[in-house]
Amino acid sequence: MDLRVAITGHVDHGKSTLIGRLLYDTGSLAEGKAEEILASSERRGLAVEWSFAVDAAQEERDQAITIETTRVWMHYGGRRIVIIDTPGHREFIKNMMSGAADADVGILVIDALEGIADQTYRHAYLLRLLDVPEIIVVVNKIDSVPDAEQRFAQISRDIRSVLETAGKPLRAIVPVSARDGDNVVNRSERTAWYAGPTLIDVLVALHPAAPLADRALRFDIADVYRFSDDERISVGNVVAGTIAPGDRVRIAPSGATTRVRGIKRFPEDGSPARAGEAVGLTFEDPVFIDRGDVVTHADQPGMLATSAFDGVFFWLSASPPRVGETLQLKVGRAEVAVTIAGIDETIDLGILDKVQPDESSRHTAFALRLRAARSVAAEADARCVLLRAGEVVGGGKLAHVEPASGQRADNLVLAGHLISSGARAHRNGYRGLVAWFTGLPGSGKSTIAMAVERELFARGYFVYVLDGDNVRSGLNRDLRFSREDRQENIRRVGEVAALFADAGAIVIASTISPHASDRAAARAAAHGAFHEIYVRASVETCESRDVKGHYAKARAGDLPDFTGVSAPYEEPEHPELLVDTNASPVDTSVSAVVEYLVHAATAKEALLSYSI
Amino acid sequence: MDSLDRLEAETITILREAYRASTKPCMLWSIGKDSTALLWMARKAFLGRVPFPMVLLETHMELPEVYTFRDELIEKWQLDYFAQICPPESEVDQTLPPATRAAARKTEGLRTMLREQKFDAVIVGIRRDEQAMRAKERVFSPRRIDGTWDVKEQPPEFWGYYTTSVPDGAHLRVHPLLSWTELDIWEYTLRENIPYVPLYLARDGKRYRSLGEKNITVPIDSNASTIEEIIEELRATRVPERAGRTMDNESEASFERLRAGGYM
Repeated sequence: MDLRVAITGHVDHGKSTLIGRLLYDTGSLAEGKAEEILASSERRGLAVEWSFAVDAAQEERDQAITIETTRVWMHYGGRRIVIIDTPGHREFIKNMMSGAADADVGILVIDALEGIADQTYRHAYLLRLLDVPEIIVVVNKIDSVPDAEQRFAQISRDIRSVLETAGKPLRAIVPVSARDGDNVVNRSERTAWYAGPTLIDVLVALHPAAPLADRALRFDIADVYRFSDDERISVGNVVAGTIAPGDRVRIAPSGATTRVRGIKRFPEDGSPARAGEAVGLTFEDPVFIDRGDVVTHADQPGMLATSAFDGVFFWLSASPPRVGETLQLKVGRAEVAVTIAGIDETIDLGILDKVQPDESSRHTAFALRLRAARSVAAEADARCVLLRAGEVVGGGKLAHVEPASGQRADNLVLAGHLISSGARAHRNGYRGLVAWFTGLPGSGKSTIAMAVERELFARGYFVYVLDGDNVRSGLNRDLRFSREDRQENIRRVGEVAALFADAGAIVIASTISPHASDRAAARAAAHGAFHEIYVRASVETCESRDVKGHYAKARAGDLPDFTGVSAPYEEPEHPELLVDTNASPVDTSVSAVVEYLVHAATAKEALLSYSI
Repeated sequence: MDSLDRLEAETITILREAYRASTKPCMLWSIGKDSTALLWMARKAFLGRVPFPMVLLETHMELPEVYTFRDELIEKWQLDYFAQICPPESEVDQTLPPATRAAARKTEGLRTMLREQKFDAVIVGIRRDEQAMRAKERVFSPRRIDGTWDVKEQPPEFWGYYTTSVPDGAHLRVHPLLSWTELDIWEYTLRENIPYVPLYLARDGKRYRSLGEKNITVPIDSNASTIEEIIEELRATRVPERAGRTMDNESEASFERLRAGGYM
């Protein structure tokens, strides 16, 4: 197998030149290529531009920059090495990631004169995020600095401290001059103070990692084929371990167990499949299997069925992640809608330091809390991407995976209902949903909620109000008013509301729920059946009503952290419905909500989307 | 698993992803060694049945042995095949150099086919080691409505997560052979006993290393009369594979212009 080596580093530190030099000195340039490079360099009035060996596009040559990643093959000492060129400009970092992601080795090129620069940090971080197994640092243009030995020692110290921060040991640090060829393939006499290996010596000592055949089985289902009537073949990849006919297996996220009947290949079936292979499986029982499912051995700890993920994502879009936003998550072959429930941390990679979340931008990393619309098979450290409107906007790894339903068993099996939501909706004639009332204390939530409940009940709907204060007297009586307890209060209301809705009820959840992230979590819990209704009234209006006397107490200092007085209320940005009680009488608001909910529960598309 | 096993598994995985992601895929089959090896792997990926048509961009300029081989294989493997007739040279961009212009007929044929038949994925057996502009390709390359390629605006692609959505009327190019080299293809062809056009083998001191249309492809000097000997020859040579393809070598930018216009 070819060793894949990605050349990374800051712009103009000499990545492409290093590649040209490697190809030339190992005799890997095709016949006529050296002559073409000379001619093309001369045409542009340049000295020999070795980077033309990889910068093939006209714009790349004219501007002397690398835009798009590329691959060339190098031969040395009987080994075949794929050299992956990557661009050093910040604007082309998606191309750097695309090139370096499957490398076995990352070479980080640093200009001896300039030292560690912005993209040096960013690429160092990305090599870690991408899980590139080995990193080599090349200190280039070593001939251009006066006290080379001292400068090399200084840069070595600096880069070690950066890469230690990024948690990755270095394979080697080599001083080179790519332009002249010092210590690339041939040992240089100009660096007599350096006793270590040349770059090529370091490279040929490395080998690509073998597939994980001796690990526990993990088979990712990519598709299910039914080319003949009698046989369903689940095709996919053996990511780790070995699978053989007769093996007893468990399928995540459903938790179903069965036995492998056959390993399907063409032209001949049979024989166990090992890590790295792409084969088909048939099973003894008629289990339901879909793309994204993961097969493990039944006697091993299974994969998690989960809908709650924490992860760190490198961001590739100019538009940052927003709390409450719904994106697509791809993990393994599974794809699922996820809502961002929170942004825990923002990491600017230029200085590898934490910055304030509102300074977010492209090429920053974010620690995100995600809630999925349904359970998928996943595990900690799984590589995944986030998509917005079909475009990859972030790539990263799951840091922490919480089992579905908050249970912390590592082989949780979800019980599957035999009645679908569609069947319930069909019999009732409407679908269950969560109407989430949010607004300041005194805005009129409870008053409107109770009136809406009475009206819908009168019309024959199964409807129930989960009122914030009422829930606190029972289900949530163990909770106080700290930030954590308030968050937990809302979480429970959200989960209970989601269960009611799944059972077919129209649930009106009426709480202040001042934090957008808590509401986003409740939205995610309801799997698409969530309708945010903002009951809006100004603080002055609410305070003038003060039905419960809370505002007076809060002003007197007797009620700490009172929303609207001494604690903030984050207004919903895009509520499904806004009712303004500043001016409108209660009856008008009630009618508006009833009309909206009846439509949402009975609209043809709402029923269709649930019919299976 | 050896190196060929890993390359084969990668290609089969890509073919299955392409089939899953598209509603109407097709595969270009030039009948050369690369696309025939790819066809072989498509039969493996779909367990003996290729669930999409094989398309020849027909210029009527292929060598006669190529057409004979095609007819035999269609019969033997029961392939769903059709030829897309390409327009004459007079209808392509006249500012291109002559051989490049001849090659650009295929671009026009491809555009016509996409317009008329509305394929949303076109699987193509190009390799990175063939040519420097092909080396910059993604495995899944979304094309614009007019079929053109913007090398500067390619989507990120890593960890096997591909961009599989395109706007209505546009299509995906899928490249399952990017990681293979010319040598890999011959070693695989030998190992798997895949049929190939006999023109690749030397006769009277000449053989075709790369099969293009007869007006723009020339054979090389060679005595390699078996695949084993081709493999020996390739291990020793530094002459690039497409040296016999006139259009690649007309000007520095000619192949880039072809590819930007939608050429394979």
